[in-house]
Amino acid sequence: VEAPAHWAGTDPVRVLDPDGSPVGDPDVGLGREELHALLRWMIVARRLDRECVALQRQGELTVYPGFEGQEASQVGSAFALGPEDFVFPTFRELAAALVRGVDPVRYLWYHRGTWHGGPYDPRATRFGPICIPVATQVIHAVGYAMGVAKDGSDAVALGYVGDGAASEGDFHEGANLAAVFGAPAIIFVQNNGWAISVPTRLQTAGEIWKRAEGYGMPGVRVDGNDVLAVYRVTREAADRARRGAGPTLIEALTYRIGAHSTADDASRYRDDAEVEGARAFDPIARYRTWLLAAGHADDSVVAGFEDEAETFALGVREGLVAQGPPPAEWMFDWVYAVPPASLEQQRREALG
Amino acid sequence: MTEWTMVGALRRALADAMRVDDRVLVFGEDVGALGGVFRVTDGLQEEFGAERVFDTPIGEAGIAGAAVGLAFAGWKSVVEMQFDAFSYPSLEQVIDHVAKMRTRTRGRIDMPITIRIPSFGGIKGKEHHGESPETYYVHTAGLKVVSPSTPLDAYRLLRAAIADPDPVVVLEPKARYWPKEAGELTADGPGIGEARVLREGNACTVIGYGAMVVRCLEAAETVAASDGIEVRVVDLRSLSPLDLDLLEACVRETGRVVVVHEAPLTLGMGAEIAARVMELAFDHLEAPVARVTGWDVPYPPASLEQHYLPSVERIADAIRRTVAY
Repeated sequence: VEAPAHWAGTDPVRVLDPDGSPVGDPDVGLGREELHALLRWMIVARRLDRECVALQRQGELTVYPGFEGQEASQVGSAFALGPEDFVFPTFRELAAALVRGVDPVRYLWYHRGTWHGGPYDPRATRFGPICIPVATQVIHAVGYAMGVAKDGSDAVALGYVGDGAASEGDFHEGANLAAVFGAPAIIFVQNNGWAISVPTRLQTAGEIWKRAEGYGMPGVRVDGNDVLAVYRVTREAADRARRGAGPTLIEALTYRIGAHSTADDASRYRDDAEVEGARAFDPIARYRTWLLAAGHADDSVVAGFEDEAETFALGVREGLVAQGPPPAEWMFDWVYAVPPASLEQQRREALG
Repeated sequence: MTEWTMVGALRRALADAMRVDDRVLVFGEDVGALGGVFRVTDGLQEEFGAERVFDTPIGEAGIAGAAVGLAFAGWKSVVEMQFDAFSYPSLEQVIDHVAKMRTRTRGRIDMPITIRIPSFGGIKGKEHHGESPETYYVHTAGLKVVSPSTPLDAYRLLRAAIADPDPVVVLEPKARYWPKEAGELTADGPGIGEARVLREGNACTVIGYGAMVVRCLEAAETVAASDGIEVRVVDLRSLSPLDLDLLEACVRETGRVVVVHEAPLTLGMGAEIAARVMELAFDHLEAPVARVTGWDVPYPPASLEQHYLPSVERIADAIRRTVAY
């Protein structure tokens, strides 16, 4: 089976081949429990993603942007970070959010239309607000990294971004700032082949990771459907940043199995055959195959995770549907630290 | 008594703020060794070091976005946008994140960011160097917007802006950067959200801000000399939030209002002030609110800018018409 078209060009870093066999030494420094955790998070995340699509169809969520196929990119990278590190996500990083310990019900308040940005506590989970204006969050990650470096902390910041967002000016400004200031930042591009309806080849004529050289920082192209490879390159980038050696640009080659969002109709621009082909590169199947073959897990472990995912997804559903609309005063509550009298007047008028 | 230019007073405000709060950073284009194209940051890098005062690559979205990230890390950024029109590339960051982050995080993340923008015209600048961007910022919930008219007040407003937990856009009138004012710099006095009366009079209230305030005062003297009309002159200072109490009191006491700004007429501050005074004190209005503003055209070249900017004569005529109504 042919790899997705946007994977062409430079071979990505791989630990496991798409069939699950190791390319070289598959030891990325993780113990058995952590190896299990990677599989567990990917299975749980996929099950929750599918639940979210169902919740949207049932009117419990507004538009929902799924991430099926990108589990390894998100789980592997988020798992490589420490508790003091900070993530600045896009709108498609629910799997990364789970790994960071974000309460999924609070996260999904966003897609339920309950509240904007980060309905969870971004400081507690060190996971920034969901960010729709693509690439703007890259600069936040870099600014945060500059800030913690000034404090002498060894924390790093990771900004997720997509292949489409890499066309934005803010992507460039963020990458340039990071390199110029040697900020402890990781710019992590999930190249899933599609920016809504536009394929990567119409976004960029080159390979995104290669831009790193022009900025003056290391660039890495990794198989984003190989969770061990993603973990390894992200961990290396984080270690480098912690040592004061500056930022890294990572391009993870992955594939968006679903539509851009539940409001999108991918059949208008994409052949089903392409999606079916991409399923042969499924990140969960690849990793599970290796775990079982290498004797790190058996079928009962996998089945256990699948049961857990089921319970987890249903628990999230239950918590979410119990959430009614927030009080209308929330519109006014946090606009200013101290609201001006004229806004207080509007609050009284709105709330009666 | 010391004499201050606005540039000197602003520089002193930055230095004093950095001395009392070691979380304050100053950055932007050419603010380091050069001290800013207007020298407002002159000497700051020398005094506070390149970790706290630094040049950035040219990229205003990067500057504003970095301030957002730095706020997450507990830093208070004072950024310089080199000129009014150069602030436009940062609008997405300012509107989507700087202004909204408190709301987007349900009050968990403050954005104590000060955005200094040398603004307005009157200095024979090139194109893109004489614009009045205030409506873009005033129209954005979550921002505060101020514009000083004198050196001492520039000090006070910039100190207030830096101390504010919310983002404040400071529109500095380039045309008033160099005239001097004698007095002691103090952060005490009217804060953000407060206008101030600079001249008393009961025939009419003339409201201006930034570089227009001095023209309003001149026009007031003109009509006093020529027609014996005594008008009140208000320096608005705070464009958002507006000092509605003072505006209402002025209408009640003078019955007539003239608003003056360099920005184009349509949806300028004059439109908002006219609507507000009508809502607050319609029964006390003796005449329609007059607006003396820039025209609805792109800011013109240097040789024509005095045809664009509200002149003392235009303001005086508007006062006479409004008082005679």
